[in-house]
Amino acid sequence: MTVQVAISSDAVARIVRGRRRRRVRRTAVVGVLAALVVGLYVLSLMVGNTFYGPGEVWDVVRGETVPGASFTVGELRLPRATLALLTGAAFGLGGVTFQTMLRNPLASPDIIGISSGASAAAVIGIVVYELGANAVSFVAIPAALGTTLLIYVLAYKDGIAGTRLILIGIGVDVMLRSVIAYVLMRAAVWDIQAAMRWLTGNLNNASWESVRPLALAMVLAVPVLLTQGRGLSLLQQGDDSATALGVRVERTRLVAIVAAVVLIAFATAAAGPIAFVAFLAGPIAARIVGGGTSLMVPAALVGALLVLGADLIGQFAFENRYPVGVITGALGAPFLLYLLIRTNRAGGSL
Amino acid sequence: MTEHHTLQVEGVTLAYGDRVVVDSLDLVVPPGRITAIVGANACGKSTLLRAMSRLLAPKAGRVVLDGKDLHQLPTKQVARTLGLLPQSPIAPEGIVVADLVSRGRNPHQGVLSRWSADDDAAVAEALRMTDTLELADRSVDELSGGQRQRTWIAMALAQHTDILLLDEPTTFLDVSHQVDVLDLLTDLNRERGTTIVMVLHDLNLAARYADHLIAVRAGRLHAAGDPVDVLTADVVRDVFGMDSQVIPDPVSGKPMVLPIGRHHALVG
Repeated sequence: MTVQVAISSDAVARIVRGRRRRRVRRTAVVGVLAALVVGLYVLSLMVGNTFYGPGEVWDVVRGETVPGASFTVGELRLPRATLALLTGAAFGLGGVTFQTMLRNPLASPDIIGISSGASAAAVIGIVVYELGANAVSFVAIPAALGTTLLIYVLAYKDGIAGTRLILIGIGVDVMLRSVIAYVLMRAAVWDIQAAMRWLTGNLNNASWESVRPLALAMVLAVPVLLTQGRGLSLLQQGDDSATALGVRVERTRLVAIVAAVVLIAFATAAAGPIAFVAFLAGPIAARIVGGGTSLMVPAALVGALLVLGADLIGQFAFENRYPVGVITGALGAPFLLYLLIRTNRAGGSL
Repeated sequence: MTEHHTLQVEGVTLAYGDRVVVDSLDLVVPPGRITAIVGANACGKSTLLRAMSRLLAPKAGRVVLDGKDLHQLPTKQVARTLGLLPQSPIAPEGIVVADLVSRGRNPHQGVLSRWSADDDAAVAEALRMTDTLELADRSVDELSGGQRQRTWIAMALAQHTDILLLDEPTTFLDVSHQVDVLDLLTDLNRERGTTIVMVLHDLNLAARYADHLIAVRAGRLHAAGDPVDVLTADVVRDVFGMDSQVIPDPVSGKPMVLPIGRHHALVG
């Protein structure tokens, strides 16, 4: 159908101007976030018991042998910072996908039981079957996918409504946490320590072996997820409105869920369920870049910032070293309360 | 405007679970006209509109768009021909009016295709028609109910569909904004020849603005045709279970329904 568009160029120019202005602003914000991520990443490589300057770090990264630095930076700090970067981005991306799709910040995988599913499987693996670190990761992934499937099936009734899924997810989360508590209660003391280290989420055991599977999963899942960005944004208007605009609602949702759970599961397997990162990244990104556009890239950057920053704080800000999950948990809990209070007032979305 | 697209309902049965809401209903939407669907609460009129816009698959029968089964067509292709404004769409938090209206262009964009000058022109035109150009850079959250509804209609206009379905577009609006919205839809129908189908609650506004009135009763088509023929005291009694007088509306000459009720009638 062709329509004679008789419209003043003024109006069009105005629309174009507004759109450009918002795009420039968004690009600038994303650019600043990316620069901060790079800055924190480099800082994590430099600081520690021994300080190495950017020159030495760069030499190590290029593969040259620098006495001392080659081991400390190359074998300890580099995998640790890389794991922080990747888990942060994966949690941020997985979290914001769920939050966008279900139009609710509480729909994050760490609130609705998906992370608990991975944790429960890992704890059972450690305590009951005495699995090693790699085997634990291996059982955590199908457990996260299985938990998602369970929540989805329980919540399905003529389609998926956000609130019902969240409530069922919270129920499943509580159930799985009690499983974890039960297993821990019956466990031997040394297993409890291993399990607790895993449950808190920490980067102390970071190595290239733990980075590799996550990096591979991200190479596969991130592009898939990014292609669903526009459809997911339209889903925020409700299923009916999205369908009217030509979105294949169920298919978009299925692809996005699978890709997001893969990210969450592999990140959890690599570093444990680092508390609240999936939950925090999306809403923070939304406040920084503003509404109406896809939050995926900003949320991934915010997630990476959170984990990199929290790990630096956990390692060096206090007398004792704390696992990264303790720091993110301390940041996340007040934010959860703030969101709940605000949601009650406004009935809000992201 | 070249040829109109056609939309018809053939022996459609609609159900939620086992509960049948619409029972083997047939209707033809007159192309290039304004059709209003009226009926009592829970008579199935909104359900019917959902089926006509592919949101609900029929248990039996089919909805036919240009001779093809609507539910078999690719949803994006349908979205270039048939637009829908649902009853309560949700505006993403913080989105500005121009961006929300721009989303109406989604069916016209491929996976990789860039935003084009045509898209800008369509958005500007939609904003102008709905008188929301001045609001373009405002956040939708800040708008009044009437402004917000005009923004949603602008989004549907930016979609450039030949057929536009609306589910109670005037609900939650005060009377002057109701008239604004219906005037706007009439402009759209006259300027672009857009076929409009809307579910309306207000019988008198339906009679005034529709070229074609469809009365639904208990999931079946009770009467359809020119409002002057359809809207009689008998039909109002059958469809709404209410006694009334129907007189010519002094403003438009269209039928106007005056409910009798139990208390205030001068003649029993």
